Amino acid sequence: MKVTVCIGSSCHIKGSRQVVQQLQQLIAQNGLGDLVDLGGTFCMGNCQKGVCVTVDGELFSVVPETVDAFFNEHVKGKV
Amino acid sequence: MRKFDTKVQYLKYKVLREVARRAWDGLTPEEVLEIPKAIVPGKVPTMRCCVYKERAILGERVKLAMGGDKTNPNIIEVIDIACDECPAAGYEVTGNCRGCLANRCEDVCKRKAISFDHHHVAHIDKTKCVECGQCAKVCPFGAIVNRKRPCQNACKIKAIDISAEGAASINDEKCIQCGACVYQCPFGAIQDKSFIMDLIDILNKSEGNKAYKVYAIVAPAFSSQFSHAKVGQAITGMKQLGFHTVIEAALGADIVAMSESQELVEKVQEKGAMTSSCCPAFVRYIKTSFPELEPFISHNLSPMAALAKYIKSTDATAKVVFIGPCTAKKAERQLESVKDYVDVVLTFEELQALFDSKDMEISELPEDVLDNASYFGRIFARVGGLSEAVGQALKEQNIDFEAKPVVCSGIEECRMALLKLSKNPKILGGNFIEGMACIGGCINGAGCLTHGEKNSAAVDKYGREAMEKTISDAVSILQ
Repeated sequence: MKVTVCIGSSCHIKGSRQVVQQLQQLIAQNGLGDLVDLGGTFCMGNCQKGVCVTVDGELFSVVPETVDAFFNEHVKGKV
Repeated sequence: MRKFDTKVQYLKYKVLREVARRAWDGLTPEEVLEIPKAIVPGKVPTMRCCVYKERAILGERVKLAMGGDKTNPNIIEVIDIACDECPAAGYEVTGNCRGCLANRCEDVCKRKAISFDHHHVAHIDKTKCVECGQCAKVCPFGAIVNRKRPCQNACKIKAIDISAEGAASINDEKCIQCGACVYQCPFGAIQDKSFIMDLIDILNKSEGNKAYKVYAIVAPAFSSQFSHAKVGQAITGMKQLGFHTVIEAALGADIVAMSESQELVEKVQEKGAMTSSCCPAFVRYIKTSFPELEPFISHNLSPMAALAKYIKSTDATAKVVFIGPCTAKKAERQLESVKDYVDVVLTFEELQALFDSKDMEISELPEDVLDNASYFGRIFARVGGLSEAVGQALKEQNIDFEAKPVVCSGIEECRMALLKLSKNPKILGGNFIEGMACIGGCINGAGCLTHGEKNSAAVDKYGREAMEKTISDAVSILQ
């Protein structure tokens, strides 16, 4: 599974660093390091929806406060 | 209002703008030929002896705007018909000499090069004069002047000679592409090649970033450039030109600060000292003039190349364009170690020309955001910033090592530090040479629109506005 977090300026300001860090932790805690490929990209062109995160190409809008729910439903639940 | 330091810069900008204006829809040979007349339309010359010479020189500027002489690898070229062949006679006595009694000039001259005629007027014997300048300093009438060409005066590494025809001639082996002569020649006879045609081609073929994405990396000196508009407005303008997104080169500087601090510890243990590798003109100066010091150069890529490499690791088909204050970056782009990462290098001058080629008034655009790097990455743009960042990176990584920076502002200070290093690292008075070829650092690069004292303060202010306060936080997003 490929999870990509937008790290462009707009998403950065909305907290993409915290989102990346939390996802890294959650992936490690759940032992999904071999199954989930977490990466970054500069700008997905959906700045209003930031922080933009894609899971195998499907776009989600995440903020640091909603990372847990997002991870459980769309990463852990689907991997 | 646009701001240019000199009319020469303004002229160069007009040529770039007119070339770009026609190039967006494909430039025909007829259009190329009409550019000089479009810039000098009348019959009354304003710059040279006649409009025909003005247009002939503009024709040469058009060539440079379109990439210049492809057979010459140096990105700095002389337009020989534009060179005014300024006097280069060295120290001379002018008509201001009143034939005084004090004769301070004679007393101060250790070479006994000064004699007097029967009107008691001083004369300098060129075979004895070593151009120390003491006579000019002591003359109470200011009657002794140094006739030196501005280009040769600007080129502290002495890479400019005079050709048999009298025009300036660049020693391409020695030239470090710092652009000092480009900025200093009052006739605009030395110019850097432009790659705006390559950029326009890349943007056009991206089909609105569908075929591939075009990323712009902007140098931190950007913050001091657009006095007539806000940084965020310039970002909007760049996206309207066709860039997918804009990223701060300062994030590359954060990456470099981290790895450079680690390498510093190793290199100092091994060799006693290290030099920075961010400034391509400084690196080339070491390689050409102090080849024995090459092992002291940090192995780090420059911030531009480090960030471009990262971008291409996230997007394999990405095209990366660097926009900065620097002419030497255009040469760095041609290096084997960099050419796969960076596709085009432009200057701020050229970016302004591109905005105006589309009649875009950036001060009227909405503001976008640019925030990728830390304070420390951003202050790389001014002299001393790199050393501060390396010190901070050591602290953040809990590395118990004291960086003792030798901060060199301008290539002459670099030369002094390198001379000491070549004698013995112990007499250097530090363990880390921060070499900046331009006095004051990148903010005074030859490709800047403005070169002012306020620019350093503007960079620091911009640095403090960064959301990330530490280097570790700024780079943690990349892992």
